[in-house]
Amino acid sequence: MRIGSSILALFVASVALAAAACGGGSDKSATSAPAAPVTNPVDPATAGSVAGKVTFMGTPPPPQPIKMSSDPRCNNPEAKTEAVMVAGDGSLQNVFVYVKDGLGNLKFPVPTTALVLDQKGCQYRPHVFGVQAGQPIEILNSDMTLHNIHAWPQTNQEFNMGQSLQGMKDTHVFTTPEIMVPFRCDVHKWMNSFVGVVAHPFFAVTGADGAFELKGLPPGTYTIEAWHEKFGTKTASVTIGAKESKDVPFTFSG
Amino acid sequence: MLLHLFALLTAASTAVLIFAGGLVTSTGSGLSVPDWPNSYGWFMFTFPLENWVGGIFYEHSHRLIASTVGFLILVLAFWLWRAEPRRWVRRLGFIALGAVITQGVLGGITVLWYLPDPISIAHASLAEIVFCLTTTIALVTSPGWKARYAARGPAPDDRRLQRVALATLAMVYVQIVVGATMRHTDAGLAIPDFPWMFGHLVPDHWDPKIAIHFAHRVGALCVTTMLLVTTGQVFARHRNRPELLRPSILLLVLVTLQITLGALTVLSHKEYIINSLHVVTGASVLVTTLVLTLRAHRARFGDVLGSTSRVAGSPLTAGPDHAGAAAGARA
Repeated sequence: MRIGSSILALFVASVALAAAACGGGSDKSATSAPAAPVTNPVDPATAGSVAGKVTFMGTPPPPQPIKMSSDPRCNNPEAKTEAVMVAGDGSLQNVFVYVKDGLGNLKFPVPTTALVLDQKGCQYRPHVFGVQAGQPIEILNSDMTLHNIHAWPQTNQEFNMGQSLQGMKDTHVFTTPEIMVPFRCDVHKWMNSFVGVVAHPFFAVTGADGAFELKGLPPGTYTIEAWHEKFGTKTASVTIGAKESKDVPFTFSG
Repeated sequence: MLLHLFALLTAASTAVLIFAGGLVTSTGSGLSVPDWPNSYGWFMFTFPLENWVGGIFYEHSHRLIASTVGFLILVLAFWLWRAEPRRWVRRLGFIALGAVITQGVLGGITVLWYLPDPISIAHASLAEIVFCLTTTIALVTSPGWKARYAARGPAPDDRRLQRVALATLAMVYVQIVVGATMRHTDAGLAIPDFPWMFGHLVPDHWDPKIAIHFAHRVGALCVTTMLLVTTGQVFARHRNRPELLRPSILLLVLVTLQITLGALTVLSHKEYIINSLHVVTGASVLVTTLVLTLRAHRARFGDVLGSTSRVAGSPLTAGPDHAGAAAGARA
């Protein structure tokens, strides 16, 4: 009888414990507590960097004037195409350079500061940019005219929204890494922009000098990719040690 | 007569609407107004004129023309309901109304869903059906139809012409659907040269877009052949029937124009006016074939009460429309 009572008590206790465990799980999912912040796994004491310059070999097509007569309010007579921008020394602008592979399972904190994509003079500013997946993008209309912002990614959610008034802002977040997500304005056909969405902070876009730098990389071997909207992609493999900086040049040709 | 003129106006407006729709696609403006049925938050009819810029001009114009055509078809349907003695014609009015409403909804959905190919192709294909319906209404309310085209004797009942015309009509429609598929899958320049295909008689390499484009070119040959057979039958056996001869001549002109426009669309790298004219000329080939087909079948339709056919001296037989006519008269 005593043994029987003990078994019964044990059974009741087990059921109660299981119920508590299940209930706990339900509570947890119901409150959906945010995941604990991930600390940047990079040790500043050992972090290195990859820098380089992107150049173009050959005769680049010159930027073309953009005819904006379909919307008099654009009023940007100096506007030129930005797809291929090559300096006199061959420096190639608007190249998105990022760590494609080598970071393993490292996770990085996502900036909460929004990156601004401005529509100004009926052109996107910047023309090419990068964000971390989950980082907000603030889309701003600085023009006196209306725009639609149409992002057509392959992996992320497509969207198309209108901004009919100057000063309007909308915020959008791409949740999945994707190279590259194009933006376009269907009102003004010439307007396009590209964003590289990556899972980490190691990306850069070349300026007029064609230079880029990926700072704060932990020691390791990486695949670096350079993307250009007209010339495609180039990749390079690089190994950096503690506190080491490596030069990785890229050359595109037309 | 007034009803017929109104039906003609409606059919002509449908052609204008198809041209406007062609402009939307040809200029890539389909998503320039991201919301629907509103336009940038404005009620469609109060959207400020100064905002009709860039791609919005084409998309918003298309929406307003579509609304106008929808209204015209609504009026036409109710006018037929009140005044038309033939039941099947009254029904045709409401079918046209249902089709144009569906067409509007498809247009809205395709915008809200970012132009998915199947919806956009369905939108383009249904537009042709709406055009066919309004054209049919305009035709069967015309004095000539009511009089059984009897000025030169009884309407012919040429089975061979009826069969070949019907087959041609089906072929033209299929060709238009293939064209819409090519258009909405961006395969219009998948074969970039003309009349050759990558420098050959048949493409030397293939992918789905090339296959669609190739099918459209082969379809053009088939349609042309079928039209030649159909019009040849008219020229050979019904030269004295203006109601058949006129659309046949028009068809030859239209198909020549259409092939030219198709070639120019490729050679001009889809210049948007040429491209849109190609769309509306294709629709015109379809409805002209429809008119020829219906007229070839005229002897198989019944009479219309109160028509002027009785003065033409043709031997009229009581057709199945009389029941409807009586009901219409009661209404």
